[in-house]
Amino acid sequence: MSLLNQNLKEIHSKLHDKELSVQELVEDTFRTISERDDRIGAYLTLNEEGARNDARRLDDKLASGKERGLLFGLPAGIKDNIVTEGIRTTCASQFLSNFNPVYDATVVRKLRSADAVTIGKLNMDEFAMGGSNENSSFHPVRNPWNPEYVPGGSSGGSAASVAAGEAYFALGSDTGGSIRQPASYCGVVGLKPTYGLVSRFGLVAFASSLDQIGPLTKNVEDAAYVLQAIAGYDHMDSTSANVDIPDYLSALTGDVKGLRVAVPKEYMGEGVDAAVKESVQAALKVLESMGAVVEEVSLPHTEYAVAAYYLLASSEASSNLARFDGVRYGVRAGQSGNLLDLYHESRSQGFGPEVKRRIMLGTYALSSGYYDAFYLKAQKARTLIKRDFDQVFEQYDVIIGPTAPTTAFKLGAQVDDPLTMYLNDILTIPVSLAGVPAISVPCGFSGGLPVGLQIIGKPFDEATVLRVAGAFEQNTGHHKQRPNL
Amino acid sequence: MSITNQDVQHVAKLARLNLSTDEEQMFTEQLNAILQYAEKLNELDTDGVEPTTHVLPVSNVMREDVQRESLPIEKVMANAPEEEDGQFKVPAVLE
Repeated sequence: MSLLNQNLKEIHSKLHDKELSVQELVEDTFRTISERDDRIGAYLTLNEEGARNDARRLDDKLASGKERGLLFGLPAGIKDNIVTEGIRTTCASQFLSNFNPVYDATVVRKLRSADAVTIGKLNMDEFAMGGSNENSSFHPVRNPWNPEYVPGGSSGGSAASVAAGEAYFALGSDTGGSIRQPASYCGVVGLKPTYGLVSRFGLVAFASSLDQIGPLTKNVEDAAYVLQAIAGYDHMDSTSANVDIPDYLSALTGDVKGLRVAVPKEYMGEGVDAAVKESVQAALKVLESMGAVVEEVSLPHTEYAVAAYYLLASSEASSNLARFDGVRYGVRAGQSGNLLDLYHESRSQGFGPEVKRRIMLGTYALSSGYYDAFYLKAQKARTLIKRDFDQVFEQYDVIIGPTAPTTAFKLGAQVDDPLTMYLNDILTIPVSLAGVPAISVPCGFSGGLPVGLQIIGKPFDEATVLRVAGAFEQNTGHHKQRPNL
Repeated sequence: MSITNQDVQHVAKLARLNLSTDEEQMFTEQLNAILQYAEKLNELDTDGVEPTTHVLPVSNVMREDVQRESLPIEKVMANAPEEEDGQFKVPAVLE
């Protein structure tokens, strides 16, 4: 069994008592990856030399008695759309297959300051576009619970690496649910922080008004540790929020007595699998038994969220991806006649089908004559969706529902039907449009595949989200289940 | 409303993409399905509703206009597909 299945305090205690060294922990991680990753496909690039150097440096630090960081020695996987100096960053795209960043993203710098060890870069849907991780232009990721099934996307590699014990924790990015949905499918904890809480500097942009970096971990306490390390204002990100960062760990009191929980009827209605509903209802009973007050509410504009999201996210993507032209970085198509040909050929050869589809959709929605009918209309729908959340949060502390309408689906099952694939995100997208924080925690199994419970909070109230998630976890054992690998 | 092959060709040109005939056909069908679904938004009465471009009250971020160090040329050029004398090399812009 991988050492990474132990919890943070156990590992730190062993490191402190010299029962374990960071080098042993790192070697164990690489051994587990070499044994398992040909079946999972979570990693695109391993940072073997760098991780081993860091491990030696951290062991020296421990021996010298210097103060240790919050994530001391913990092997971390980083989604491959977060830039890492000197470590190839591809966004799972052929376009960036040769790209070596010359600086670290702010989150990577912060993980380094917290003494975490970067093990490697994790597979994903190309440029974070997709819900199944089948859109990686290298190879798909498989679900550690059953390799016939998808791990979810776009942070499929991040979720699968943690579920498979191939990383102690991972960073992912969430635009419409890309941390929470794969966390749900893989039976791990995934936290999307409030937009602006974690710096996006060094995150390759997909949809800038929605993208947010967050942790994927085995339990809620670890999510609190990682969030503590990465949250905070960054002058390098013009959309970074300058807010006080609370002590997330002290928020994990285990107490939810009197807490007001809203359950949107739209999140438990048609289209949500019966077994998923059953697991969520059982989870609500657990919270009620601990003294929480659970009531049904309505988020009436939920049904418009997917349409609004795909117009907005694709529009922003078409604009953000205009920078990929084969001139300054990335793969340049050969034999180009003139500069315009070079743009066309490099982009046509470099991007995969889902990326092209979204660029086409976004370009259309922003084009002359359609801007008002699609883009502006979607921005107004976003206002109504956000108002729904504001109104519920006037009376309730958290909103709870399933993370995804079903458990993971089979590889290839939806690959030719983008609209059906997009509808898988119906329960995570409204949260992204409203910019509020949400966590997915394991709450049961159906057909041997994990079910995720989504806990949504007020803007910048990650402390309450973590408190509820932690209390639920302490009173159930779902998060302790591991796939048989 | 429906999208034609010609619309797809026009949008591909705007997006700087060359599409094969098969891709053109596929995107025409798929974009039609997605945009038909998006027309659901027309059910919403949005008269008087302000658009939300951003959930945070974002405004321009200003800083002092002071000279500071930039990335060194060798780092800027490190990923260049083609370079010459510290500059990105591209095919002819003007014919």
